[in-house]
Amino acid sequence: MTLGLSLGIVVGYLFLALAVGLVAYRVSETTAEDYYLASRSIGTVVLLFTTFATLLSAFTFFGGPNLAFAAGPEWLIVMGTLDGVLFAVLWYAIGYKQWLIGNRNGYVTLGEMLGDRFGSTGLRALVAGVSLLWLFPYVMLQQMGAGEALVGLTNGVVPYWGGAALITAFMILYVVLAGMRGVAWTDTIQGLFMLSVVWVAAVWVVSAVGGVGAATGAMLDARPDFGSFGGGTYSVGFIVSTAITIAFGVTMFPQINQRFFVAKSGETLKRSFVLWPVLVLLLFVPAFMLGAWAAGMPVDVPEGANVLPVVLNEYTPAWFAALVIAGAMAAMMSSSDSMLLSGSSYFTRDLYRPVVNADASERREAWVARIGVAAFALLAFAASLFRPGTLIEVGSTAFSGFALLALPVICALYWERTTRTGMIVGVLVPQLAYLAVVLSAVVGFVPTLPRTVAGGWDVALGLMALSALLTVGVSLLTAPSAEGDASRFAVAGD
Amino acid sequence: MRRPRRDIVWIPTFALLVAFAVPWPLWGVDRVVAGLPVWIWWHVAWLGLCTVLFSRFARSGAWERGMGLRPGGDGDDRAAGGDAGAPAAGGERP
Repeated sequence: MTLGLSLGIVVGYLFLALAVGLVAYRVSETTAEDYYLASRSIGTVVLLFTTFATLLSAFTFFGGPNLAFAAGPEWLIVMGTLDGVLFAVLWYAIGYKQWLIGNRNGYVTLGEMLGDRFGSTGLRALVAGVSLLWLFPYVMLQQMGAGEALVGLTNGVVPYWGGAALITAFMILYVVLAGMRGVAWTDTIQGLFMLSVVWVAAVWVVSAVGGVGAATGAMLDARPDFGSFGGGTYSVGFIVSTAITIAFGVTMFPQINQRFFVAKSGETLKRSFVLWPVLVLLLFVPAFMLGAWAAGMPVDVPEGANVLPVVLNEYTPAWFAALVIAGAMAAMMSSSDSMLLSGSSYFTRDLYRPVVNADASERREAWVARIGVAAFALLAFAASLFRPGTLIEVGSTAFSGFALLALPVICALYWERTTRTGMIVGVLVPQLAYLAVVLSAVVGFVPTLPRTVAGGWDVALGLMALSALLTVGVSLLTAPSAEGDASRFAVAGD
Repeated sequence: MRRPRRDIVWIPTFALLVAFAVPWPLWGVDRVVAGLPVWIWWHVAWLGLCTVLFSRFARSGAWERGMGLRPGGDGDDRAAGGDAGAPAAGGERP
């Protein structure tokens, strides 16, 4: 009975989210600009929440509490620093600049912007290809998170693959039927919903265990090491490299980067920037502390389940636990939609049209996009069944892959002397190196290359430095190409 | 257009805000204050400080000057017109 109720709430909520998306689709126009960017008309609250909700993924929602449960509440510091502060600064340095440039020249994707500036279809396709490559593990992460969430919620009655399949089906349905406007609306609703519900959950659980002091006390009794800052997993190297790679990586995520083009006005970007640290904290404190406090609670987290659903099941009524998980899954669905949608625009605009078929009709392009999304999501689903790592590991891999794009892009945005060859080398070489590191762990017959060195320092951080060195160095050694036009990136004057 | 010299102060300010969002001085400290480890309170207060300073940065005009625009000047206004379709007509895409 309880099981039926839980599943009914989860599936019902997902259908509700889908319905909101469809309403949004009805009122939207159908040009590509509208489909992808909601006609650049997104206001502060919606921009804030739509960006926020794309960060509201399984990584934050299940991966974060899991890590806090296993290794301590320092994860709150890592995520707060990278998301609340470093990302906000990059929001200005990369986001506002891109918004100014995009507004002048009508760009919709990062690849389009760079390809136009450097007069290079190759660079455009390269940036799109790299982005799609790292989007893959991140979409897979949502499917893994959903699978593990339902295992936790139903005590293993729903198998892991069932939850993963459920969210895959909704992802595809949703993105095929609605566009960015649908996503932006539902992101706002879901962002607000999740923020409230996480607080209700935290208050509920904390009062059940006797207050914040008692929860922390029990946590410290069980895991005395959780009380002191640092130590264990959280070495200096881990904290610094995780914060830097994820924050830079986030800015290059297709769905986040595309948000930089959608703001209605500069004011919108400004207000979002100011509110960002507080908003991030409001979500992370209850979510991650629940994970850490769970270490001192008499709960039994089954192998391969997420800690949050288990805690909720123990201390809150079944319907409420189901509602939180449903909300989290809907938020993940919405994040995945944004990712898939942005991914599909990268695919059609930067790869399919310029490289494969320049004369494709709009209708044909729209179909290519939809089929591409479905195929991408299905492949990610298949890969998610192998569960190649924890949620945090898979997520960090994707973030680091994206982070390697960030410094060449910053270089292009701020340094006129950047050349096409400099960009291509600066993007390509570190990507190949990182791909070798990542694949060596997956492919059986080659030696596994180390992911971290000297006590937790991520090799991706070194490769980021390499990407900057190569972009600058090769640019200095090569002449700007005739097709390049630095004035495309000017933001003042005419 | 020209950046006043005091705008430069924002660069080290941002660097400090990022660097000390991690409570490095409390490394290894395990005191619990008001129910939570004290370093969590540091972080919460620090992010509050970030929002206050970010808001000063955004309102002071340094936000626009940092990109070479005049605060409230044409660079921003034109874009802020809200007529989103206009600048992006899309006809001249490569």
